[in-house]
Amino acid sequence: MDLTALLLSRLQFAFTVSFHIIFPSFTIGLAAWLTVLEALRLVTGRPAYRVVFEFWLKIFGVAFGLGVVSGIVMAFEFGTNWSELAKMSGPIQGPLLSYETFTAFMLEATFFGVLVFGRARVPAWFYLFATGMVALGTTFSAFWIMVNNSWMQVPVGYVMDHGVAVPTDWTRIIFSPVVWVRFPHMLLAAYVTGAFCAAATGAWYLLRREYSAEAHIMLRMGLCLAAVLVPAQIFFGHLAGDYVHDYQPAKFAAIEGRWHDEQPASEVLIALPDLGSETNHYAISVPILGSLIGSMSFTSKEVGLTDFAPQDRPPVLIPFFGFRIMVGCGLAMLALAWIGSYVNLKGRSERSRFLLRLTFLSFPLPFIATLTGWFTAEVGRQPWTVYGVLRTADAMTPFLTARAATISLVVFCAVYLFIFAFGIFYIYRLLRAGPVGSLVLPPTAAIPNRPMSVVDEPIASSTHHVAAGE
Amino acid sequence: MVTFWVAVLALSVLLYVLLDGFDLGVGILFGLTRSETRRRVMLSAVSPIWDGNETWLVVTGVVLWGAFPIVYATLFSAFYLPLLVMLAGLILRGVAFEFRYKTERARWLWDWGFVGGSVAATFIQGMTVGALVEGLPTANGQYVGGDFGWFSPFAALCGVGLCLGYALLGAGWLVNKCEADVRDSAWRQIPYLAVGVLVFLAIVFIYALVENLPLMHRWIDRPYLFVFPAIGALAALVLAASVRRRRDGWPFYTTALIFVSAFGTLAISFWPYMIPFSITIDEAAAPHSSLAFMFWGEGLFVFPLMLLYTVISYSVFRGKVKPTVGHY
Repeated sequence: MDLTALLLSRLQFAFTVSFHIIFPSFTIGLAAWLTVLEALRLVTGRPAYRVVFEFWLKIFGVAFGLGVVSGIVMAFEFGTNWSELAKMSGPIQGPLLSYETFTAFMLEATFFGVLVFGRARVPAWFYLFATGMVALGTTFSAFWIMVNNSWMQVPVGYVMDHGVAVPTDWTRIIFSPVVWVRFPHMLLAAYVTGAFCAAATGAWYLLRREYSAEAHIMLRMGLCLAAVLVPAQIFFGHLAGDYVHDYQPAKFAAIEGRWHDEQPASEVLIALPDLGSETNHYAISVPILGSLIGSMSFTSKEVGLTDFAPQDRPPVLIPFFGFRIMVGCGLAMLALAWIGSYVNLKGRSERSRFLLRLTFLSFPLPFIATLTGWFTAEVGRQPWTVYGVLRTADAMTPFLTARAATISLVVFCAVYLFIFAFGIFYIYRLLRAGPVGSLVLPPTAAIPNRPMSVVDEPIASSTHHVAAGE
Repeated sequence: MVTFWVAVLALSVLLYVLLDGFDLGVGILFGLTRSETRRRVMLSAVSPIWDGNETWLVVTGVVLWGAFPIVYATLFSAFYLPLLVMLAGLILRGVAFEFRYKTERARWLWDWGFVGGSVAATFIQGMTVGALVEGLPTANGQYVGGDFGWFSPFAALCGVGLCLGYALLGAGWLVNKCEADVRDSAWRQIPYLAVGVLVFLAIVFIYALVENLPLMHRWIDRPYLFVFPAIGALAALVLAASVRRRRDGWPFYTTALIFVSAFGTLAISFWPYMIPFSITIDEAAAPHSSLAFMFWGEGLFVFPLMLLYTVISYSVFRGKVKPTVGHY
């Protein structure tokens, strides 16, 4: 077993999966929002909803395409780099991921076609239905992925037989309480991401004094949705913390930066953990709060990292800081959403340009929160791949060499950066151009299985538009 | 249950080879012309469906993992570098469909990626089959070949052979879907490609005899297997006839039949092994509870719907592509 190859494989998986998660976390929320927009248009008949819908559909197409491309790589990586994991957990993870492919493929491929060029050919209610089905497809996809990942965090419903996990109870696997905390947590993260992207785009247009009607819809819906969703998200985040506390005490101690057992435990707000001396420097902590958060009690004993043998401890720095960055982003979003909604509902959004500028600049927050949240969950699970069952070092393909792993990491980095630089530049151009031409004709070439083709027609005109402006 | 999933897997692989085969083939032929008009027509003949075709590769991957985890783990880890090249190739050619029209200056770059990606992905697929036929170096069901254990002249030959084969399939598709220029040049290419494929098959056959591959023994033991090569030979004759009479619809379907017969020959001579001669189907199969869980949802309901959906999307895009009304 090659330790360099192990490190490189972990880096590669972290890189590819982090790149991947950016796009689904955006499109899941966007798909749901498109459904709401279409429903509102049907009810109110306001044409601006239609313009906003068409505009975001184009962006959805590009982001969706990039998500699909980067997702395919994931389906292969389990076999190439983590073949021992693939063998051991294949009977459980394989079927779950195959459900993901089958169900998401069916709904998304079928109904995305209707979305792109079915507007004129189907009744309005069916078009709304199709939008809802695409949203449902992306949600299913997230659901199966979360079932899969939750099983790796807290494996249930199986017995080990000759080194292979044999599923005995699919109901327990799918309806594991951990799934039903983490799936809503991820789903809400996606919705909050969509909401903030919409609000930020609206704020951007208002700052530029363009597309006022559409910008107001984006800003108001985005902020108000976030004002409701962010508190719900914080609540589910707390529940997610509870499962970590109960099932993964070592991860919990790392997140809390708690080195030794404490009773009652204090809560470290911020500090610089020192791995060498197993203490925290510059710690600011609140007494008793740690017990309250961990066990809802004023007196409970909370375990520290030193209870665990060094080889069973997760790395401390990434979960510790990752968690704090996530929470920080969450609180910032909460403040922004509440203040922004209040100002917006009072009808003073356009005058408070400072707030508009803040809203515009807030769009990276949900992405950072999602990424750091995942870093916390995944790095905190170390040194296990399947918690308590299979160590990451034992999960890797035993004969993988550092040479092969270096080549693949370099190739993936190069290809991803190349492709995604184009893709993101492309989304930026679409956003910058704005909902011009409003009611775009359905492009002749757009087809169900080729989401990126949606933007072909409009980009031709918007390119000139941007060029003229620059 | 195991039989059902073997059938689903076989069907997914076959569909992938036939469907993505022709659009990869068009990608290879794309490199043989410089004319922008021809290139546009060639692209528009495959652009509505290529993405759906590639979905079958993902389906193959996840079915393999769910139903035959050991095969998934062994194959994918053994073919580490080749799969990397294949994925990079597929990604590059996939985005080239969209990005080549976004730029004039850098178009050559995307075109290069389109051709290079298609050739690389095809070559790797052929080489993988070749390496499997020859037998991977394994010990106790574990791959022991190292980074380049899959490579052999025979495997490389199979890679070249599949490039010719996919190109033939692609030419057949172009003849079927296009008119004028593109169709005529595809007609001119078909005889060369067909002869190339036949020569390749002959070389493989002789090589197999000389090397006395274990696979050959199985064929000699079971003469009834020769039904499949016979169907292939028949299809080749019909293909020759269609070239003489210029029947647009025929080359694609006869080439597809040659592929089906080659696939059948391989599949039946592998049986009951999944990775010849180290892992059998029964050894590789996931526990019954996994197979049953997959069967009652995706196997029984979603898989037939996917087949139906594929048929529908092809029927929507049936008929010739108009050279004047390009997609872009």
